[in-house]
Amino acid sequence: MSIFLQALINGLNQGAIYALIALGYTMVYGILRMINFAHGDFIMVGAYTIFYTAPIMVSYGMPAWMAVLIAVVVCAIVGVLVERIAYKPVRGSGSISALITALAMSLFLENLAMVLFGPNPKTVLKIFKLPMITILGAKIQMKYLLTLGIGIAIMILMNVFVHATRIGKAMRAVPQDKEAATIVGIDVDRIITLTFAIGCALAAVAALMYVSTYPRCTTDMGSMMGIKAFIAAVLGGIGIIPGAMLGGIIVGLIEIFVKIYLAPGWYEAITYGILIVVLLIKPSGILGKNTGVKV
Amino acid sequence: MPKSAKVSSLINLIGVFALYFLFLAIFESGIFGAKTDYFKGIATTACYTIIMVTSLNLLVGIMGEFSLGHAGFMSVGAYASAVFTNAIANSGIPDFPMFLLALLVGGAAAALTGFLVGVPALKLRGDYLCIVTVAFAEIIRVCFTNFKITGGGRTMSGIAKLSDFYWVYWVTVVCVTLMFLLIRSRFGRTVRAIREDYIAAEASGVNVTFYKVATFTISAFFAGVAGAIYAHYMTAMIPTSFNFAYSAEFLTEVIIGGAGSMTGSIIGATFLSALPEAMRTFARYRMLAYSIVLVIVMIFRPGGIFGTWEFSLTRLLKKIFRVKGTAPGGKGADAAKAGKTGKGASV
Repeated sequence: MSIFLQALINGLNQGAIYALIALGYTMVYGILRMINFAHGDFIMVGAYTIFYTAPIMVSYGMPAWMAVLIAVVVCAIVGVLVERIAYKPVRGSGSISALITALAMSLFLENLAMVLFGPNPKTVLKIFKLPMITILGAKIQMKYLLTLGIGIAIMILMNVFVHATRIGKAMRAVPQDKEAATIVGIDVDRIITLTFAIGCALAAVAALMYVSTYPRCTTDMGSMMGIKAFIAAVLGGIGIIPGAMLGGIIVGLIEIFVKIYLAPGWYEAITYGILIVVLLIKPSGILGKNTGVKV
Repeated sequence: MPKSAKVSSLINLIGVFALYFLFLAIFESGIFGAKTDYFKGIATTACYTIIMVTSLNLLVGIMGEFSLGHAGFMSVGAYASAVFTNAIANSGIPDFPMFLLALLVGGAAAALTGFLVGVPALKLRGDYLCIVTVAFAEIIRVCFTNFKITGGGRTMSGIAKLSDFYWVYWVTVVCVTLMFLLIRSRFGRTVRAIREDYIAAEASGVNVTFYKVATFTISAFFAGVAGAIYAHYMTAMIPTSFNFAYSAEFLTEVIIGGAGSMTGSIIGATFLSALPEAMRTFARYRMLAYSIVLVIVMIFRPGGIFGTWEFSLTRLLKKIFRVKGTAPGGKGADAAKAGKTGKGASV
């Protein structure tokens, strides 16, 4: 029981990280119909920003987690730059071009980080200094509960934002019909830029959650996380915001539970296997709506 | 076979042989001295990369679907052939037949995997298919990491060094020629019809699923052959080297050369496998420069550098000697051989 509870909290924590990254994927895919393979690398950008700014924060007497504010700003700026410089020019030339550009940007960010920060992994200083607590005999790290709480709070905020605000409404309108959105006075380009900025800012928060759990950053940390988060987004139904959250949590839980109860070496294979099964049964994902093909 | 086609086949055959003797002369004369083996190694790398990229081009250029898991099939070919040659290492078979057998085993294993992956995966299209190929490649990688016979996550070493450059050269020629003939055949035209409009193709009685799965299987077969060459050239390998980044590299090479152009794939593969060696001193900035070049190509030439253009030795010779083609089928026959020469010209 105590192991189960521990696994549950760990899984939810991991899932919340994936969910935050998956949100960025899903929002970009919803608007541009493009798999933004560089999205995972924004976590890396965020993690390195936290690595460099957290000690500065501490030396000025502020808590280390405040570094995330700088990371959010840096990630949003990098995201918007990538969108403006690389993605916007290829927007009209088909999905393969967009995909290759995204792969190229992923390569670019990873190798730029390699040139700037060097190939050695960096150890991030302790973000949260919190004790372990015992619930029902299970030892649970408070920081897991805290990051989980942050993740859930952000997901709720995102849902409120896209459903209750004018900008949020515009962000939902553009994926449905770009032309119609333009006609009713929505600046589509601005919405796309904003979507990138928000997606990247969420990746920065995910980076904070990640480095507080595993305090290491490497230049290629984003690519594998990115693929898993993308799989989470597809699993839940790509383009659908609650779908990304659900998918993220499912992937996180599967990973931790398979690691602990079934076969530690096979957890990735099982996650991907479930994705394949879901896609074959319902290509639009768990929460997606099936749409027929128009001839 | 019309006369002009025979002539251009002959011209291309001569071209391929001429290139072979050129390599033979360069490597055997010892111009590079102690570095000969090093250059042979680069040429071998270029050869299996060419097979990989052209086989992926079958999917991307001809079938119009993109796969980001091609390194997965390569690893199946590599591991299957390595396990096979390890098993029969002491049976006294001479090296050359053993090499060919290893290639066939690698190809067959990859083709079987391709078939098993293709049947469910090809129900999906576009981005979804792409992500499913990533998932399958990752599953394959996890399998090889866990199987005892493939090293159990550690390096599998001690594989016989069978990939001699001169053999690999001819294997590459044969593979590329086969793929090229396949594209120009009735089969290739059908697959291209499916790419243009699968609903229309289906309505005209084409068995869409069969052709898609068949193309996928054939593509996987050649990837397996390339994997077998890789295994017997490297003699040691680890599952993590067949990762997402490696698959992505092949896809970018196809696109940057031009999807649908064999010439583009061949030149792209050659340059990109030779370039890292040439730019050793700038190794830190090499991938950075590569990614910038990719973005620039995508912005200014979204169809790739060569688009769908094919190099033809026959056409080139005609241009040089100003001989007008007489047979009406001349142009088609020229084109029919273009890939083969394209290959020859760029290895």
